[in-house]
Amino acid sequence: MTLVTTPSAELGSARGRIWTSLRHNPLGLAGGIMLLVVALLAILAPVIAPHGPAEVNFDAPFQAPGTVGYLMGTDDLGRDIFSRMIYGIRVSLQVGLLSVALAVVIGTPLGLLAGYWRWLDGIISRLTDVTLAFPFLIIAVGLAAINGPSLANAALALGIAQIPTMIRVVRGETLRIKETDFVLAARTMDATGLRVIFGHVLPNAGSAIIVQATVIMPVAVIGEALLSFLGLGIQPPTASLGIMLSDAQQYISRSPTAAIFPGITIALICLGFNLFGDALRDALDPTNTSRK
Amino acid sequence: MTRYLLTRLWQSAITLILASLVVFVGVRQLPGDPALAMAGEEASPERLAEIRTQLGLDEPIATQYVTFVGNMLRGDFGASTRTGTPVTDLIATTLPVTLWLAGYALIVAIIVGILLGVIAERFRGRWPEWVANGFALIGLSVPNFWLGILAILYLAVTVPIFPASGYVPIGEDPLQGLYHLTLPAIILGTSLAAVIMRQTRASMIETMKTDYVRTARAKGLGRSRVLFRYGLRNSLIVVVTIVGLQLGGLISGAVVTERIFALPGFGKLTLDAVFTRDYPVIQAVVLIITVGYIVINLAVDLLYSVINPRIRVGGSN
Repeated sequence: MTLVTTPSAELGSARGRIWTSLRHNPLGLAGGIMLLVVALLAILAPVIAPHGPAEVNFDAPFQAPGTVGYLMGTDDLGRDIFSRMIYGIRVSLQVGLLSVALAVVIGTPLGLLAGYWRWLDGIISRLTDVTLAFPFLIIAVGLAAINGPSLANAALALGIAQIPTMIRVVRGETLRIKETDFVLAARTMDATGLRVIFGHVLPNAGSAIIVQATVIMPVAVIGEALLSFLGLGIQPPTASLGIMLSDAQQYISRSPTAAIFPGITIALICLGFNLFGDALRDALDPTNTSRK
Repeated sequence: MTRYLLTRLWQSAITLILASLVVFVGVRQLPGDPALAMAGEEASPERLAEIRTQLGLDEPIATQYVTFVGNMLRGDFGASTRTGTPVTDLIATTLPVTLWLAGYALIVAIIVGILLGVIAERFRGRWPEWVANGFALIGLSVPNFWLGILAILYLAVTVPIFPASGYVPIGEDPLQGLYHLTLPAIILGTSLAAVIMRQTRASMIETMKTDYVRTARAKGLGRSRVLFRYGLRNSLIVVVTIVGLQLGGLISGAVVTERIFALPGFGKLTLDAVFTRDYPVIQAVVLIITVGYIVINLAVDLLYSVINPRIRVGGSN
C-alpha cells in the first residue's frame, strides 16, 4: 500500500521555471544559445566541416584566415583550422559528457547512502578524502603511466576527480530531504530505506545533480584541453582543442591565429556552461527568493 | 579545540595511509616487469629470480608494502631508470622552482583578488564593479595555458616586456629570478584571483548586512572605513578556505605553466618521467605531491580554526 507519493511539483514545474527564469535572465539565455550552437557543431561535424580533421595540404601551410576554402586559415601542415576546431569541440564534449556520466553514476549512489545512513557516512567520507588527496593532474599522470594516454583515460581522470564533489552535493541534499514531512510519512508507512532513497530522495535531489553537472562540464572541457596540451590526453593526429594549442605554440609568432581560435572556442564553451549553469541554479534553487 | 585537532590529525593519518596504499598498488599496475627491465630480455630464469630477491619482489605483498613505506619515509626513492641519478637529487633541484612559482602566484592572486573584491563591493552598480566582474568571469572561463600562450605572444615577443622563457635561480640573482617568474606567476594566479575576488565580494556583501556593521555605520563610520575594518577581516577567512580548496588547481596549473614557459620545475620532471616511463620518478612525484597536498590541507584547516572564532568556540564546547 503506497498512498504516499513524492510531491512531484518540484520537478514537474522545473521546466517551466527554467523557461521563466531564462526569459528574465538574458545572460543565461545567451549561455543556453551558445551551448546549443556548440552542440550542433559537434553533432553535425562531418556535415559542416569543409575538410577532414587530419587532411594535410603541404601546398598551403600557414594560410591567413579568410583564404578561399579555409575560413580560419591553415596550420603548419596545411590542415584546415576551422574543420579541426569543429572536430575538437566534438572531442571536448565527448570527454565532458563521459566524465559527467562517471561522476553522476558513481557519486550519486554514494552520496545517497552517505546521507541516509550515518554509519556509512564515515567510510564514504574517508574514500572521498583519499580521492581528494590526489590532485586531478596527478590522477591523470598515474593513469597515463599505467594505461598510456588516451581519450578514455582523460575522461576517467576528470571523472574520478569530480566524484567527491558530486558525493558531497548529493549527500547534502539527502540530509535535507531526509527531514521533510513526506519522507517521514513514507517511513511511518514502513517504506524500506532503499524505497525511500530511490522513490523520494533521489527524484528531489535531481535538480541539484543537474546543476552540479553543469559545473563539471566546463571543468572537464578545460581539463581535456589541458591534458591533450600536455600530451596526457587525446593523441595526434586526432583533432583536439588542446593539441591545436600545443601545435600552435611552436609557431606562435608566425601564425598567432592558429592559437587564438581554439583558445576562444574553449573559453566560449566554458562561458556558455557557466552562464547557463548560473541561470539553472537560480531557477532550480528553492531557497532563491529573488526569482521573478 | 584539542578534540577538533586530534580528530583532524587522525583523519589525515588515515588518508595518508590509504593514499600510500593507492600509490603502492598503482605502481604494481605499471606495465613491464622491473626485474626483466634490469636484467634484459636475454637473462636466464636464475638471474631473474636473483634480481627479484634483490628487489624484494618475492616477499609477501604486505612485507613489500612495509619496505616501500620505510624507504619513502627515509627519503629513499631509488634512482631514475633513464639517467641513473638518485630521484632525491632530481627533486631537490626541481622542487624549489615550482615552490617559488606557486608562492609568487599565490601572492599575486591574493592581492589582485581581494583588491578587485573590495572594488566590486565599494562601487556596487557602477562601472568598476562591471570591470571586476568581467575580470572574474574571464579568469574562470579562459584556460590559463591559453592565456600563457597569448601572454608570451603579446608581452614577450611582440612587445618584449618580459622574457618568454628561461629560469634564473632566485638564490643566485633574486632580481633577475623574480623578473623571469613574474609573467608565469601572473598567468598561474589569474584563475585563483578570479575565485578569490568572487568569494571576497560575496563575503563582504554578507558582512555589510550584519548588525555590528549597522551599529558601526550608525556611529558615523564611513562606508569605506567599515568595509576595510570589518569586511576585509572576514574575507581573510574566505581567502584561507579558498586557497585550501584551490591547492590542487594550483599544482595542476603549475605543471602547465612550467611547460609553457619552459621552467625546469617539478612539473617538467613529472611530464618527462611519464613520457620516458621513468617509474621511480613517477612514484616519487605522485607520492610527494599527494603527501604535501594532505599536509597543507591539514595546515589550512587548522589555520582556519585559529582565525575563525566561530569554529574555535564550537570546538571547545
